[in-house]
Amino acid sequence: MFLKEYIADVVNGVSSLLKGMRKTGYYFVHPKEIITEQYPDNRATLLMSERFKGEVVMPHDAQNEHACTGCTACELACPNGTIKVVTKFEVSPEGKKKKAIDALVYRLELCTMCNLCVVACPSDAIKMAPNFEHSVFDRTKLTKVLNQPGSKIREGIE
Amino acid sequence: MYNQTEILKDTSELGADGELVINMGPQHPATHGVLHLVVTLNGETIKKIEPHLGYIHRSIEKMCESLTYRQFIYVTSRMDYLSSHINNLGCALLVEKGMAIEVPDRAKYVRVILSELTRIASHELWLGAMAMDLGAFTPFFYAFREREMITDIMEDTCGARLTMNYIVPGGLMYDIHPDFQKKVKAFITQFKSKVTEYEDLVTNNVIFQSRTKGVGILTAEDAISYGCTGPVARASGVSCDIRKLYPYEVYDKVEFDEVLETAGDSFARYIVRVKEMNQSIRIIEQLIDNIPEGDFVGKTKNVLKLPKGEFYTRVETARGEFGVFVVSEGGTTPHRIKFRSPGFSNLSALNHIAAGSKIGDLMASMGTLDLVIPDIDR
Repeated sequence: MFLKEYIADVVNGVSSLLKGMRKTGYYFVHPKEIITEQYPDNRATLLMSERFKGEVVMPHDAQNEHACTGCTACELACPNGTIKVVTKFEVSPEGKKKKAIDALVYRLELCTMCNLCVVACPSDAIKMAPNFEHSVFDRTKLTKVLNQPGSKIREGIE
Repeated sequence: MYNQTEILKDTSELGADGELVINMGPQHPATHGVLHLVVTLNGETIKKIEPHLGYIHRSIEKMCESLTYRQFIYVTSRMDYLSSHINNLGCALLVEKGMAIEVPDRAKYVRVILSELTRIASHELWLGAMAMDLGAFTPFFYAFREREMITDIMEDTCGARLTMNYIVPGGLMYDIHPDFQKKVKAFITQFKSKVTEYEDLVTNNVIFQSRTKGVGILTAEDAISYGCTGPVARASGVSCDIRKLYPYEVYDKVEFDEVLETAGDSFARYIVRVKEMNQSIRIIEQLIDNIPEGDFVGKTKNVLKLPKGEFYTRVETARGEFGVFVVSEGGTTPHRIKFRSPGFSNLSALNHIAAGSKIGDLMASMGTLDLVIPDIDR
């Protein structure tokens, strides 16, 4: 009786192991079904989702104009104090004073990519970009000014 | 402290002096995080396990007191990072309950679908990591293959793979991706054709079975007295599924079974999670074709202010009951906030289920509790 159980145990054990090894063996001889992406080598063909939250950017058009009015809604919405809006007063040719941004300082090292600033922005001036390769040698390089030098606000945005 | 001969001696009669105290963690690959277990051993038998916490304490509850009701939701993604979407849902439900915000049906359906996808992804990762703890390295990659499809869906729709922050009070942050339904259906077909591979590789494997069956038994009474929830308690036969007991969103409209096992050992906890993945697929199948058209976010005020009072909501995460308790003074930030996390209560049962067993069985007992350390420490 004991011997019978012992042999049954051995047969069961070996068969269950073979069953598992058949599965792994199947993938061994079907390399086309392997889905591993060789990341640093496939940089050229790597497709990130367009919604991927990698960093905050401010899109500029061909005339180097952006849509940011300097209302600080993003600064207030940010939970981490990532964004700091520095405003100035621009004097238009008619002599009117108008508030505009001097710099939109964005500290990438504090950002958690929660997207709350983009949702809060009333003029869609900032958005999330899918770039995720952020490593730099010096962390001061992670503090960025989002508006390009010499840029100004697009006409018609209040 | 001990020389070689003292360890090899039979220490059963030596009492407290013969005990050997070892530290497992905080940097140990099997604890999946910075969990520190002080294990008191008698030879190879565990006498006592004392978890030491605090290595990843970020005082999230205190942090939330200085964040507004829109901002504090994203922090909860960092607690139980494997079911971050469900954590966010619990917090959003609390704000909606307190302010009586109407949520559009479309948002409710998408929330439930994403919650179930998160649950599957969490169980997949657990399955792979658990098998790896017990020495089987291959299932890890098989489980991650399916999980990768879910993270791709999350990346398309929510914009992130792990800490989504897709739910806002009143609905969703933005509408679902146009390919969402197609991709989820592709995932369901893939999952259904591949789920048998887990049974070949893990469930029916004789080594896995003999390492988990009868190991770390938790009775139903103990599960209740330790406050265990989720798959840990359901493996002991305690019916505790929040989705069934206190249905939120559209869980009362869908058909699914609460998976219950009675053995209460590590293998039962494994089986519960595998079966739960199939139930989640069942829920998604019922909802994915019926997502109603309409708004994805309801009308909310610009500044959210909860009325004065105390509020509590609970949701079922992949690990059990997640509760949010907020005391509001009527301002824009919570006066006091408390998270009831499932991992903390489940961990408290570890000493009970592992004491008396061999140290090799501790891996199976601890692995099947499905501990996520940031969830325990907060």
